Amino acid sequence: MRPAVDGIRPSRLWPGDVVRGGAVGLRTRPLRAVLSALGIAIGIAAMVAVVGISSSSRADLDRTLDSLGTNLLTVSPGRTMSGAEAKLPLRAEDMVARIGPVASVSAIGEVADTNVYRTARIPEAETGGLATYAVRTDLRATTGARLRAGTWLNAATARHPAVVLGATAAERLGVGRAAPEVRVLVGGEWFTVVGILRPAPLAPELDVAALVGWPAAQDRLGFDGHATTVYTRSADADVAAVRSVLGATANPAAPNEVEVSRPSDALAAKRAAGEAFTRLLLGVGAVALLVGGVGVANTMVISVLERRTEIGLRRALGATRGHVRTQFLAESLLLSALGGTAGALLGAAVTASYAASQGWPPVIPPWTLAGGLAATVTVGALAGLYPALHASRLPPTTALATP
Amino acid sequence: MIELTNVTKTYAGGVTALAGVSLRVAAGELVAVTGPSGSGKSTMLHVLGTLDRPTSGGVRIAGYDVGALSDAGLSALRAHRIGFVFQQFHLAGGTTALDNVADGLLYTGLRPAERRRRAVRVLHRVGLGHRMEHRPHELSGGERQRVAVARAAAGDPPLLLADEPTGALDTASGARVVELLRELNEAGTTVVVITHERELAAELPRQVRLRDGRVEQDGAERDRAERDGVRA
Ligand SMILES: Nc1ncnc2c1ncn2[C@@H]1O[C@H](COP(=O)(O)OP(=O)(O)O)[C@@H](O)[C@H]1O
Ligand SMILES: [Mg+2]
Repeated sequence: MRPAVDGIRPSRLWPGDVVRGGAVGLRTRPLRAVLSALGIAIGIAAMVAVVGISSSSRADLDRTLDSLGTNLLTVSPGRTMSGAEAKLPLRAEDMVARIGPVASVSAIGEVADTNVYRTARIPEAETGGLATYAVRTDLRATTGARLRAGTWLNAATARHPAVVLGATAAERLGVGRAAPEVRVLVGGEWFTVVGILRPAPLAPELDVAALVGWPAAQDRLGFDGHATTVYTRSADADVAAVRSVLGATANPAAPNEVEVSRPSDALAAKRAAGEAFTRLLLGVGAVALLVGGVGVANTMVISVLERRTEIGLRRALGATRGHVRTQFLAESLLLSALGGTAGALLGAAVTASYAASQGWPPVIPPWTLAGGLAATVTVGALAGLYPALHASRLPPTTALATP
Repeated sequence: MIELTNVTKTYAGGVTALAGVSLRVAAGELVAVTGPSGSGKSTMLHVLGTLDRPTSGGVRIAGYDVGALSDAGLSALRAHRIGFVFQQFHLAGGTTALDNVADGLLYTGLRPAERRRRAVRVLHRVGLGHRMEHRPHELSGGERQRVAVARAAAGDPPLLLADEPTGALDTASGARVVELLRELNEAGTTVVVITHERELAAELPRQVRLRDGRVEQDGAERDRAERDGVRA
């Protein structure tokens, strides 16, 4: 038994009745309730979807990095002191291969001034932004590039006018398959397309290029034999050590004229840039949530005005000010919880379908839902505070006065 | 049961609705309050029902000094000791008669099942056993007011206050409602009914007549006057 108030058994309300009382507005004016909850639903949906999509994309990136490995390092020529383009020495590949922990080495060399066309009729100016690289036959193993169609270059085709197209290059040239009769013009000579690559995340330069064998490039396209990117893989634990000596090893004469990089870092950096954008979108979602909260507050104010009689009646039946306050707070919380739940479901659905369309694993971090719930409760409480206080302070007599 | 001593009530606008009312109603009485519109009847009922506090004067209801009670204390008093019936019924639309009556006990602390049990019993008592699942808009005015009376009586309050309960009803329905109030009174409830229907008031054992916020005439006094041979 609760302590008596002034010697009388106090008024009391069961928790179940609090919920039922909070649902009165919802039951009697469902359309208005749904509309006012909609703002919150949109806000929460936006936030859940933004976090969900960015988490899914990150999960996809992690998956990609897992399968591609983060132990790939590249060496490229930088610039000389005078600002001219430097060149790697002809022996750069051999030197790099001699570094103890290095497990594999491969290279590509850009064939200067060599354009790629589908037919001879395309004017010279429209190069399509495609480069031509002389490639080693072991390039695929080191970079992790995979074939979409056809075959890779072998010792024999590396001497012939045979070409493998990067994913984007094939698309721009309108080449969908590899076959003996499918040919493209490389540096004015017809090359047979023997293979097409999938996008290579760790070596994106391959995507927009036509790849020909090293000897073929030297014999037919006037390639100078200098590598422009040397790729190397080493055991994960040794990557840092290899990295520290890579520049000096590749170009001992001018170690400051080389650029060493780790392509997986570039991917991670792209992800960091994405995160800044995510934060911006999250802010937009928060604004939507705030506007939703104002909508709920507005509905609650109107609800209190319209239900003065009900409030007066409840007071006559023994409701304390606290009971009235609780009822309207409960209503506000219920409205926003309704919006929040719908929003979370909607956000999850958007995440799932977008992730599916991108081939990503759908990921919604649990903290998003917890945060959404917390935001919903906070907004509901804030939106309901003033109307609930106002309702509880209505004198029972004015509330019951005949209109 | 009721003890008003020199009660005044002046509203914020400066209107004095009660200008020194003293009134005693014993437990078990049935009292009609009459008087012209604006004479302060509703104001007095609000003070009796602890819905409003007087500007000055003493109010004792069911043994409690109302002036000494907090808002929570007054709420408790209303929850357990006082039942209200209003001219406009004030039933919750879209809610069945049964739930309307059961909700009359919402703040008593009784469990939902017990509230419904009592609601069923009291609805049978007011002759609406066959209307329990009907919503207010499916009921006639008289039936609605009987639901409202059932709601007020559900908790067996010692005091029942009714403000023009027949004001919105035709004569027959009104008579049925008054009959109910009489039955409740016979069962022990103290009942105060505001009405401006003279005939109705005349049938009740005691009439209190208000004018300009004062008790102009009290039936108990008139009885005494009649005994003394002075015609009112
Ligand atoms: N809430 C209020 N604020 C100001 N004046 C009021 C209020 N309620 C009633 N009055 C005034 O007090 C007087 C008595 O009103 P009321 O008690 O409702 O009389 P009755 O019920 O006898 O018609 C009237 O003049 C009325 O205008
Ligand atoms: Mg009145």
